[in-house]
Amino acid sequence: MRCEELDDQLSAAADGSVLLGRNERRHVERCLRCQAELVQYRKVLRAMRAMRTEVLEPTPGVLADILANLEAAGERRAIRSLISGHKAAYLGGLAAATAAGAAGAIVFANRARRLRTAS
Amino acid sequence: MPQDVADLVAAAQGGDREAFDELVRVTYVESYTLALRLMGNEEDARDVVQEAYFRAFRGLRRFRGDAQFSTWMYRITANCAATHLGKRAKHRHEMLDEADPIADERPSSDPQLQSDATELRARLTVALEALPPKLRQVVVLRDIYDLPHEAIAAELGISETAAKVRLHRARKKLREDLFPRRAEEAADAV
Repeated sequence: MRCEELDDQLSAAADGSVLLGRNERRHVERCLRCQAELVQYRKVLRAMRAMRTEVLEPTPGVLADILANLEAAGERRAIRSLISGHKAAYLGGLAAATAAGAAGAIVFANRARRLRTAS
Repeated sequence: MPQDVADLVAAAQGGDREAFDELVRVTYVESYTLALRLMGNEEDARDVVQEAYFRAFRGLRRFRGDAQFSTWMYRITANCAATHLGKRAKHRHEMLDEADPIADERPSSDPQLQSDATELRARLTVALEALPPKLRQVVVLRDIYDLPHEAIAAELGISETAAKVRLHRARKKLREDLFPRRAEEAADAV
């Protein structure tokens, strides 16, 4: 087995997500180059994990920008709901007026029919 | 007013705007840190973190609390970063192809700097910044923030296989940057 054949398995083996097969393990046990690479991958992974607890201090104004952006979004949303509220009220009024008109027309038609029948 | 993040989330989900603002105050440094690591520069990180909180604000009702709020924010931030990078790529061509060799001006060639773990981390930061953005995103999300391949693939809009391939390439590049082989070793290997 050549070192290059193990190339894509060593980094995964370093974090334990892949278990090397018997042949691969036997190669690594005898190959100083692959052993060194495995150790190097582990060092890189340890250093990466240690970065998890580090924070990078934001430049001034980041928080203010986020909050201002949210504030603007909140206002836009409020305006939209106000407009859609007005629309709903307008449409509701229109529907009520239509229903009232239709009811009036029915009453009027019935009355006209009764008058025709009586005469 | 120190409050539990879960309480703030519950209050914000109930429509309390001040609770959401407080949630931002409590978590924005971590989200910004991730955005900066993913984007590699402050200007883009600011845009990404603003967009991430805007999306979180709009989608807060969908947060079910089965993960930590910070993990949920990591996923949104990663998604925003991927979108941002996609937009940027549309507007201008990358100056360097991913495979192009880059002149090595990093401190990795100085053997005196290679012993100490603190130094290793400092050099790792530089090496991460030098990675192509597509590789950097995957390795940062997997190896620093411990997101599973499935989540990384979903947020970056790539397949799990592509995520694994990029992770391997990124780790290999980092290792080679941090532990450069001496010329005679490289010659022996040929």
